[in-house]
Amino acid sequence: MADWPLFEVFIRSKHGLNHKHVGSVHAADRSMAIENARELYTRRNEGVSIWIIPASEITASSPDEKEPLFDPSNDKVYRHASFYKLPKEVGHM
Amino acid sequence: MYAQLVETGTSKLKSLDEMGPEERQFQERINDEIKIEPKNWMPDAYRKTLVRQISQHAHSEIVGMLPEGNWLTRAPTLKRKLQLMAKIQDEAGHGLYLYSAMETLGADRDEEIDKLHDGRAKYSSIFNYPTLNWADMGTIGWLVDGAAIVNQVPLQRTSYGPYARAMIRVCKEESFHQRQGYQILLTMMQEGTDDQKAMVQDSINRFWWPSLMMFGPSDENSPNSAQSMVWKIKRHSNDELRQRFLDQTVPQLELLGCTAPDPDLKYNQETGHYEFGEIDWQEFFDVVKGNGPCNRERIEARRSAIDNGAWVREAAVAYAAKRQRKAA
Repeated sequence: MADWPLFEVFIRSKHGLNHKHVGSVHAADRSMAIENARELYTRRNEGVSIWIIPASEITASSPDEKEPLFDPSNDKVYRHASFYKLPKEVGHM
Repeated sequence: MYAQLVETGTSKLKSLDEMGPEERQFQERINDEIKIEPKNWMPDAYRKTLVRQISQHAHSEIVGMLPEGNWLTRAPTLKRKLQLMAKIQDEAGHGLYLYSAMETLGADRDEEIDKLHDGRAKYSSIFNYPTLNWADMGTIGWLVDGAAIVNQVPLQRTSYGPYARAMIRVCKEESFHQRQGYQILLTMMQEGTDDQKAMVQDSINRFWWPSLMMFGPSDENSPNSAQSMVWKIKRHSNDELRQRFLDQTVPQLELLGCTAPDPDLKYNQETGHYEFGEIDWQEFFDVVKGNGPCNRERIEARRSAIDNGAWVREAAVAYAAKRQRKAA
């Protein structure tokens, strides 16, 4: 199976929801990857749509970059609705 | 348990002070119940232990299809045949979820399967017992999948993210397996002839002890457990899980109207637990070492499946290449 590339599988579980990563399959090509993903990840109505992508095509952030990537958003509390205190009279906003 | 006797390659537990900065950070993450993900730094021994455990678990699912496959063409009704086929397909699926989780650790699937075929990798001892009558399909679903559930439920919280997520999928599907098995036995006991009832008891007699052995050696003979618990790969000891399984299973056994082949089995009012007789550990170690009733047959079946399927895999590659040429 070493000559069968690895594909990552994403499933949309219901109409209106995002595709979500569920795992991976090996396959000879993309259409076989869809068939394998269907057999493996949607045997019980788990999905209405499948995406597959060659695992080698994914670029991921590295855990070492966690600080430069995500820390800057920590100190911007004013980006959250809860930062703005409003009087009770305003009611739900 | 589908993974028994998993080597951790460590002889002594380290305290946080004895660890270098990376390992310390890793251990603190685990202590804080933050999952370890594929790209996170991890000690080599943790990675190797996980590859061993997840591959063993996957191999167990795959080899586990064989004892049931034996009865596919002999199922008593079309309905039972369809149910059994669905269950076996799930097991193939579970094996694949697990191989896929294992690959996130950098392990190679073909290489790990080679290890199974040449005896370097283990799989659960339970699948080395033969399936001699139809009731065995019921007993396997009820006892074997039941024991697997007790083991796998805590694995949903295991420290390695991809393994934990694979186990969540597996557990969702596993309760169908147990219920269909128990229903087979219940039907035979309630509507069956005397001969059919005797088959159920015979089947339970054969699978009772091997099912208890699935949880692995007793705690005092489980040298790798301590490290696996510190890494939170494992959450409960073998004996603890075995007891949990027994406590939930005995009332189901009584409801069937069957008995266990254990004269020492009794309920302890004070502890609220069932007590049981001595497990034949010699048998367990013999089976694990490759000398159970069906070890050779199982591995031979796996090898020939791979060898006889080679042309299918080659044809698929050739077809994919042809389609790509046409599209270009």
